[in-house]
Amino acid sequence: MFRGAVWLLAGRGSLGRGLSTRSGGWTPDWTEKVSEIKKKIQSALPGGAWHPLYDTSHLPPEHSDVVIVGGGVLGLSVAYWLKRLERPQGAIKVLVVDRDHTYSQASTGLSVGGIRQQFSLPENIQLSLFSVDFLRNINEYLAVVNDPPLDVQFNPSGYLFLASEKGAAIMENNVKVQRQEGAKVCLMTPEQLRNKFPWINTDGVALASYGLEGEGWFDPWCLLQGLRRKVQSFGVHFSQGEVTRFITSSSDMQTTSGKGVTMKRIHEVHVKMDHSLEYQPVECALVINAAGAWSGQVAELAGIGKGPPGTLEGTKLPVEPRKRYVYLWHCPEGPGLETPFVADTSGAYFRREGLGHNYLGGCSPTEEEEPDPGNLEVDHDFFQNKVWPPLAHRVPAFQCLKVRSAWAGYYDYNTFDQNGVVGPHPLVSNMYFATGFSGHGLQQAPAVGRAVAEMVLEGQFRTIDLSSFLFSRFYLGEKVEERNII
Amino acid sequence: MAAPRACLRLVAPIWNLSTSGSRCLSSGVTPEGNQRKGGMLFQLLADRFYDVEVLRDYLFQKQLSKVHKKNRSFVGIKKRYGPYIAGASFVLKQGGAVKFQGQEWIRATGHGYSRLKLLNFQAVPIEAVDASDCAINYEGLDNVLALKELQSLWLQRCPHVDDWCLSRLHQLASSLQELSLAGCPRISERGLACLHHLQNLRRLDISDLPAVSNPGLTQILVEEMLPKCEVVGAEWAQDLKSGPEEQSRDTASPLPT
Repeated sequence: MFRGAVWLLAGRGSLGRGLSTRSGGWTPDWTEKVSEIKKKIQSALPGGAWHPLYDTSHLPPEHSDVVIVGGGVLGLSVAYWLKRLERPQGAIKVLVVDRDHTYSQASTGLSVGGIRQQFSLPENIQLSLFSVDFLRNINEYLAVVNDPPLDVQFNPSGYLFLASEKGAAIMENNVKVQRQEGAKVCLMTPEQLRNKFPWINTDGVALASYGLEGEGWFDPWCLLQGLRRKVQSFGVHFSQGEVTRFITSSSDMQTTSGKGVTMKRIHEVHVKMDHSLEYQPVECALVINAAGAWSGQVAELAGIGKGPPGTLEGTKLPVEPRKRYVYLWHCPEGPGLETPFVADTSGAYFRREGLGHNYLGGCSPTEEEEPDPGNLEVDHDFFQNKVWPPLAHRVPAFQCLKVRSAWAGYYDYNTFDQNGVVGPHPLVSNMYFATGFSGHGLQQAPAVGRAVAEMVLEGQFRTIDLSSFLFSRFYLGEKVEERNII
Repeated sequence: MAAPRACLRLVAPIWNLSTSGSRCLSSGVTPEGNQRKGGMLFQLLADRFYDVEVLRDYLFQKQLSKVHKKNRSFVGIKKRYGPYIAGASFVLKQGGAVKFQGQEWIRATGHGYSRLKLLNFQAVPIEAVDASDCAINYEGLDNVLALKELQSLWLQRCPHVDDWCLSRLHQLASSLQELSLAGCPRISERGLACLHHLQNLRRLDISDLPAVSNPGLTQILVEEMLPKCEVVGAEWAQDLKSGPEEQSRDTASPLPT
């Protein structure tokens, strides 16, 4: 009936066209007019984004129960687990806001994609173990019927950490903890190392730890797209825009000891559209800060850190962007198919990429050499001076290689203790954090998403206890340091 | 990806109840016209009615749990009779064959098999397992990995054996001498890379792996990785294109050395 009306209009139009051509005038473009009329009528029907004055279909909805700031792998993982664990199903309306739908600067897509269980903290090991399970059964978790199954291209080649004399005792301790948690790791002496990997130069290596199962690298983009597809099928809304403001309300309360405390609640999130001053205030119940390298700025918008230093109000979220370079080179005589992800004593690392003797690698700079995180330009001198010499010393075949390409990405670096921040803020009671993982966020994303969803839905961690990763440790000064950082 | 992946199809088991669910994920064969139309009708209904959507999700979960059920660990039997009997019962139940040391091949359908006879071999280690065409997967491999004296393992055309399963095979490194992975649709060169743990391997069959992107190059790299092993599989020349004057010749034959 609706279509009939449209064809009638078109029919009358052709008559009209005939009339106007007789007078030799202007011929309107009827297909465009018709589609515009259709769009207007559809937006007026119930369920459409209707505003009496103009079309609002590009804006996010006006109300949402949960707003997730940041659409990378952590944000999407939280959205997935919220929708999966909610009872009854379909109860919670979730909105994911990301300012760049091409993910050009997002850490997820630029990541090297490694996953390992060789950490020193039991919580990190458990997070990684669950995430590996998730990746293995990804087609059961993220299945969308009538869509092709996901292939994360997992290379189960393991991680090889090398330790000098100084670090050997710490490595042994770490491996003991890892084995206790259920990771399959083995220790190797320099001689065993030479037998297994003849291309290694074991000069300066006292001990090595090698992951046998559940470690390797995969395609982070595939995981991101799989999560996005599944989360869209659950009915989560996506919006491209930047969060510019939080509308909060404060209430003065007293602790049991009589001290005054100001509790805040976020009521609205202002989402600004790209290349425009237009913004949409989204009324929400909860905000989840999964903005990665820019989480510090988002936290400041909510007033976290605005207070006298040394108090809880004045404790900022210590997450800032740190630039890291990744170089891709070709070495025809390089190590073979069995090459694990090698992390050298000097901090430089490399892994194989594909079948063609290409290798990816890099190195984390020291505090003094930290590059300026203002842009993602690559410094090729860094490779010449800091990455190549230690790698060429460790693998003599790398003395002749040719760099093919390079890129840079951000770590959401936690300057306090390089471990993630998970859970609610003590004062801004409806902002939850899922950020600050300093380079191992991708490999822990599925498990962290589940932990945050449990915290939101049930008020406590059920499966993996991440209470040592709460925000309050920044105020109390309790560092939870991870010693195995790449 | 080299192999065309079929969609996670749910319609095939509904309209053709004899097809096993596991085949839907691995086969690249497109269904016939009738099935296609039925599939689209079902999809149309599922998009419009919540009841049909719930039914569709339930049937899909049932498909997955069927494979899980087949791969349960025989913990009770293992505790009572030992790992060899547990492994043998698991493989025989899946439809494979087992060979105890010094005995003949035992198959579930053959006349040499009876449950009671199996109990005689409680302390006899298993030296060969033929799990070809079985629905064995990552969890089910637990039963096979407990057989520490296993010398020969055949996993030909298993639809659920993938790279993750290969990463577990390092537990058999001390004894495994022969491994056959021919025709497994989910194995790629990434899984083959973790076979370097199997230093005692003398014969490896990696022919006809549709998910391997570059069979000739992979064969060369695997041969370099396992120098003492005889690798049977793709001919290294099969990826090389023949020149213009050789185009009339049969391209399947290897180039003359």
